Amino acid sequence: MAIQILMPALSPTMTEGTLARWLVAEGDNVSSGDVIAEIETDKATMEVEALDDGVIAKIMVSEATENVAVNEVIALMTEEGESLSDADLASASAAPQKAAPASAPDVAPASSTAPAPSATSAPQAPAQAGRNAGRVFASPLARRIAAQNDIDITAITGTGPHGRIIRADVEEALSQGAVPAQKGRGIAGASEPRFVPHTAMRRVIAQRLQTSKQTAPHFYLTVECEIDSLLAARKQLNEFAPEGVKISVNDMIIKAAGYALMAEPDMNGFYAEDGCSYYDTADICMAVAVDGGLVTPVIQSVEKAGLADIAAITADLASRARAGTLDPSEYAGGNFTISNLGMFGIKEFSAVINPPQSGILAIGAGEQRPIVKSGELAIATMMSVTLSADHRIVDGAVGARWLQAFKRAIETPAIMLL
Amino acid sequence: MANTQNFDVIVIGGGPGGYVAAIRAAQLGLSACVVEREHLGGICLNWGCIPTKALLRAAELRHNLDHLEEYGIEVTGDISVNIDKVVKRSRKVASRLSAGVAHLLKKNKVHVVSGTASIAGKQAGKWAVAVAGDTSETLGAKHVIIATGARARQLPKLESNGTSILSYKEAMVPKSIPKSLLVVGSGAIGIEFASFYRDMGVEVTVVEALDRILNAEDEEVSAAAHKAFEKRGMKIHVSASLKSLTETKSGVDAAVEIKGKQQTISVEKVIMAVGIVGNTEGLGLESTKVKIDRGHIETDSLMRTAEAGIYAIGDVTGAPWLAHKASHEGIICIEAIAGLKDVHGFRAEQVPGCTYCRPQIASVGLTEAQAKAQKYDVKVGRFPFIGNGKAIALGDDEGFIKTVFDAKTGALLGAHMIGPEVTELIQGYAIAQTLETTETELMHTIFPHPTLSEAMHEAVLDAYGRAIHF
Repeated sequence: MAIQILMPALSPTMTEGTLARWLVAEGDNVSSGDVIAEIETDKATMEVEALDDGVIAKIMVSEATENVAVNEVIALMTEEGESLSDADLASASAAPQKAAPASAPDVAPASSTAPAPSATSAPQAPAQAGRNAGRVFASPLARRIAAQNDIDITAITGTGPHGRIIRADVEEALSQGAVPAQKGRGIAGASEPRFVPHTAMRRVIAQRLQTSKQTAPHFYLTVECEIDSLLAARKQLNEFAPEGVKISVNDMIIKAAGYALMAEPDMNGFYAEDGCSYYDTADICMAVAVDGGLVTPVIQSVEKAGLADIAAITADLASRARAGTLDPSEYAGGNFTISNLGMFGIKEFSAVINPPQSGILAIGAGEQRPIVKSGELAIATMMSVTLSADHRIVDGAVGARWLQAFKRAIETPAIMLL
Repeated sequence: MANTQNFDVIVIGGGPGGYVAAIRAAQLGLSACVVEREHLGGICLNWGCIPTKALLRAAELRHNLDHLEEYGIEVTGDISVNIDKVVKRSRKVASRLSAGVAHLLKKNKVHVVSGTASIAGKQAGKWAVAVAGDTSETLGAKHVIIATGARARQLPKLESNGTSILSYKEAMVPKSIPKSLLVVGSGAIGIEFASFYRDMGVEVTVVEALDRILNAEDEEVSAAAHKAFEKRGMKIHVSASLKSLTETKSGVDAAVEIKGKQQTISVEKVIMAVGIVGNTEGLGLESTKVKIDRGHIETDSLMRTAEAGIYAIGDVTGAPWLAHKASHEGIICIEAIAGLKDVHGFRAEQVPGCTYCRPQIASVGLTEAQAKAQKYDVKVGRFPFIGNGKAIALGDDEGFIKTVFDAKTGALLGAHMIGPEVTELIQGYAIAQTLETTETELMHTIFPHPTLSEAMHEAVLDAYGRAIHF
């Protein structure tokens, strides 16, 4: 009896993922604990380990397959010398206990002549008027008129029998000023744009940030912080830091944000339909740019952590985030996020809140600027920071007080010792 | 109105529009009633399409018998026509079908009332329809469909008298075969009678006020028909207006002005076929908002009149006066009433027209001239039956098929045919139009060999310079 290797759930909410790569081939001997495949999920690439010793008898889901449902059989393993029975194969292909998807992603090609994207194990969309699973029902005349006018026939609703798109529908769309299908226009020799199918991460970024901007009314507060004292303190601290630990400005910003969340607890929560919830710890996410997107690993209880701890944790999280090997639990949750684009010379920007958090702080570059101090022109190292806050939970004064506390901690780092 | 019988739909008139609408209504779960004053099946079935086809079949046989030798068959003895028996058969065909309609209505649980109906007013959102027949009663319905058809147009001082000056109805039941006949009007009705009587050996003259016969057809088809009829021995005068008809001892003297010249045509009988006019009178429409324009009820493309809840279908709504147009309108009307999705309005250019003369004529869509008038850039294809193997084998290779395409989109705008069995062929192009095919799909369709339909394929190919056999 073959052993079924199932698509693992990498987080409690995961329903499907991408089988990125097989590290074994059919016929390979594996031992328990061997890494056999890589699964790509929302934000990271995870390794799948063999749980038993045996032979990989049959790979059921080929690599680079998207939308593989959790618990779908991805491979069959047999004990050495055992061969695969028909019953094994039958039960394996019958096995996927897929949760019925609400709807399949609409991946209709922009042009009706473009080849349909290769069918993977993606669930079929329920038959819809005029289109199902990529086939568009349209009369030849409707197709030709749509093509002649460069309009995307898949965007038209058919009124013919069973939703068939007929000439009148295309003419109606034309009269309503249907948008010509996307094509390189005006540039001589312009080629078709390069198409990149979404990674799981790209989908999640798109979905979450769209939700954020659509549901959380953002407002923005900007403040200038003088960081000369902070830079001096950092220098001193690093002289005494444990071996291998280097405290960065960013680590100090995280600590300062933790201080501010404790100082202004009205900021430290999230809004939900029935009421707001508040935390008593400062769990802070840091945005880390990775290939093909970004992840936001969490530093827990920043208010209790010393800077050396924070430095060690952030260094570890950042490097593993870039390697795509974070455990899903390491980027789940968090009360507040810090996004720093200072290293790119960005003076200031406003960031999109990472839902359901109450706010995100956008950090600009620290740079020497002329400032006026006691009526005199002086040079100081300045850093602009912009708080984006969710007005459903945070009012302007709360956000302003939080930013005051943050500025206080940055400009007088010693108070974080209190 | 305590004992008023109520229906969802009352259809006034049991012709091919009315009875089809009622059956469709029943199919959709609506309660339906048909009020018919004379006979189910209407003019079409009793005094039009069907009995004339029975007559024309006899004429065709007669024609074929005259040409048996061409096929190597020798017949000795006389061939004679017993017109009584020909007419009797025609009536038998009609009555058989009329009984069939009664059965269909019964099967579909459509209530049939005999009598004359008129709209008596509206009460509580329902129309009251008064029926005068063997018994008088009032029926009620939310929707009333007027499907009362039409009758022959009578010209002042040129009215038919039933003996020597005939309308279509009398022309259909001749007691004898006249020696000579004048047909006034060259639409489908006039031409079918001309063709029938000519095959029965009558000297036939056709006068047409317009400058060509079969004016609704493509000009090339009109010209070919004109030539074919003259070849058969008909006399045809176009741009000819009938001034007077005078009864004489031997028949009728017709004073006709032909291209400005006065001429008298003496014949035994005259058939008046100068169009038809809708039966809009006595329906109680005066007290409604229903608009009547030159004898025809105005409707939108879903057959709704200007009065909510009153609809009109078929001949009473105007040209083309065709049974299948009436039936189609009836279906659209009922489906819209029933609230079916995707009901598309009536489009006149999708109604095929057939004339069962010899050679037969059939068409659908726009003529070349109509297409050009509508600013289409056209591609025209033609294919003659002399290039079609089956037609030659049949010994019937007269005529041609013509197609008109929109050069820009490849839409089949129209198709026009004259020749053997073309009335049975036209549906192919009608389907193509309904499915919105372009020339490409028609070219890729395999037409079986040897059939007359291959000429349809070739006529498509020819429009794009690709005809194989000509």
